[in-house]
Amino acid sequence: MHFHLTEEQTAIQDAVRGTLADAWPIERIHAFADGDADFDGESWRALMALGLGGILLPDSGMGLLEAALACEVAGEAAAAGPLIGQWLAVAAAAASGKGGEFLDPLASGERVATLVHGGSAFVPCARAADLFLIVDRDAGVRLVPASEGVTIEAVRASDRSRPVSKVEIADGAGERLFEAADPMTARLADAALVLVAADALGGAQKVTDMSVAYAKEREQFGQPIGRFQGLKHQLAHMALDVEPARALVWYAAYAWDAGLSDAPRAAAMAKAHLCDVYVRATRAAVAAHGGIGYTWEYGLGYWFRRAVFDRAWLGSPAEHRARAAAQAGW
Amino acid sequence: MDLSYGEAAEAFRAEVRAFLSLHWPPPSDMRGTDLRQFIRTFRALAIDQGYLYRAIPKRYGGSEQPVDVIRAQVIREEFARAHAPTEVGGNGVNMTVPTLLEKGTDAQKELFIRKTLEGDYIWGQGYSEPGAGSDLASVRTRGELSADGGKWIINGQKIWTSQGMQATHMFMLVRTEPDAPKHDGITYLLIDLDQPGVTRRPIRQMTGEAGDHTFCEFFFDNAETPVTWQVGERGQGWYVSRTTLKHERASIGGADGLGKQFAKLVELAKEVGRIDDPIVRDRLTQIEGFVLSHRYSSYRIFSCAAAGEDAGAVPLMMKLLLTEIGHDMALLAQDLIGEHGFVEPAGAGGRGNRGPRGPEKWMDQIMGSLGNSIAGGASNIQRNIIGERGLGLPRDLAMSGER
Repeated sequence: MHFHLTEEQTAIQDAVRGTLADAWPIERIHAFADGDADFDGESWRALMALGLGGILLPDSGMGLLEAALACEVAGEAAAAGPLIGQWLAVAAAAASGKGGEFLDPLASGERVATLVHGGSAFVPCARAADLFLIVDRDAGVRLVPASEGVTIEAVRASDRSRPVSKVEIADGAGERLFEAADPMTARLADAALVLVAADALGGAQKVTDMSVAYAKEREQFGQPIGRFQGLKHQLAHMALDVEPARALVWYAAYAWDAGLSDAPRAAAMAKAHLCDVYVRATRAAVAAHGGIGYTWEYGLGYWFRRAVFDRAWLGSPAEHRARAAAQAGW
Repeated sequence: MDLSYGEAAEAFRAEVRAFLSLHWPPPSDMRGTDLRQFIRTFRALAIDQGYLYRAIPKRYGGSEQPVDVIRAQVIREEFARAHAPTEVGGNGVNMTVPTLLEKGTDAQKELFIRKTLEGDYIWGQGYSEPGAGSDLASVRTRGELSADGGKWIINGQKIWTSQGMQATHMFMLVRTEPDAPKHDGITYLLIDLDQPGVTRRPIRQMTGEAGDHTFCEFFFDNAETPVTWQVGERGQGWYVSRTTLKHERASIGGADGLGKQFAKLVELAKEVGRIDDPIVRDRLTQIEGFVLSHRYSSYRIFSCAAAGEDAGAVPLMMKLLLTEIGHDMALLAQDLIGEHGFVEPAGAGGRGNRGPRGPEKWMDQIMGSLGNSIAGGASNIQRNIIGERGLGLPRDLAMSGER
């Protein structure tokens, strides 16, 4: 029985956290958010230098849990770059035996892949991507090089750390890795849900931590505002919302890695629950901060915008809860 | 991560199962005194095997086993599966015994522990008073030494005592040093409830629950207890009592219970023909997100305990999480039962035989969920604990003198 992080797993999170603290501080986020790029090469290369790109290689000794742990820290740091697409492209290429020529450059991060959710016109980091991994439960999985029938239209994206573009991909472009009926199609779609849940967990934890730190430091009526029971209870509720939900993400990732029969449902539940938590946490964080939280400069807005994205991307909480209800046989 | 318990635990499980298949259940026609004796013998055998009262020394009737949360879990699972009796439970086992082991005299341990484990002594908790709820250290029930210094004479009132009608004894916080600062003027006393100076009265609850199984209030009118039944130093009772509240916190909760209750809520939605309603399905799965968070967090806490690691702030959150989920379930249940809720359920809130009951039985849970916000540390106190101990926020000025 082991259901908490090992030293190695904690070390992965510490390494990603340390790397992003150097490569992606708030000043860099501000500069990026005011620019036109949808990708930041420097922080991407710093993450890839840790070997993150290869986590889902079959012989890595790691799995979706480790990817989710790294993704959580990326969410905490509001990192740029399509980590989720990159991991899934590596997993898909490796499992399909096709697209082998992409495997090494993807695992090393030299080439960049982004995830296209079947049916959605919006794709994060599309202008920087070399490859588009389309995962569609109804149409299967395709890997499409940017040069093959991909049309990209830039939009002013609301999520400033992972800007989306409008993307059209010609039918039949690229290579089909899995048919819709192949179990791997659903598995990849499930993995994407777990990774978004992990990003949401990291973001929700981050804004909770920011709120707690601010409540200890900010003084009104001659004392730290965190001493007032009204705010203390709001902060306790934020923590109560976030911390127990961590285990939901762990379970979903563990179930996927272990191939448990409830893995698809666990992924749906985690996506739905954590995206609710993320939106609640970012809203509560702004309220807990007061005026400073409402400024652009303070930065809470970046996580609020990521919460908006995570919630709607790959399907709403209501959609995944409806799936989970059906999967339970109700 | 790995949710299996490992080979050693499975081998142990086989042992426990073999034991249970040999000694439980009793013959189906066994009743009354014979059945009680059978259960007593069964418990004694289970203690000999090291299955029950594992933290308690053998000389006091325990099985004195090394700490092993996995084995303890296997035992709980297998005994539950076999519907076999486990430890007698209650305040005595959960609170009195751990306190005596830590702070009691040898004579007190000899006198009380074995009788408590065997169910002969049932303990009421004498903490809350009408004027001392969350601010427990403000208790006013008085204790004064008799002229010969051999007895404490007790006057005052205690309230919210579980198992009050059955209790044979009480552990209580009594003010013995009225001039000392409030935390330093309290003494922890044990008392025999069978005496003329003690009056008990059941409290009728909003659920309708009354009679033998409800909470009681106790009135003490020159009640007496020997000074040798005082636990710890005079004036140190507040600190003695801290041992016990910790134990109570560890024994509230239980992920399995919550999971079963959720499964019943799904059954209710089916029973009243609402399971295909998309709104009901959404609310159920929304609640289930919290139910599963609670369950997997309990795995996490358990896993940390097994590895001897600190689980951080999440153990501080489990009681409030459970309470909040109970409220959410109550709200959905109330919608699902609809007009069934117009009918008072048979044996409302009570225990014992009450025959088959329809959807109206959920009124027990709907009202009972309110009690969870109060019992065992009120929700606002839980929020303080999470905020102050979990998040490191500064203590409320009004409570900055609290320990």
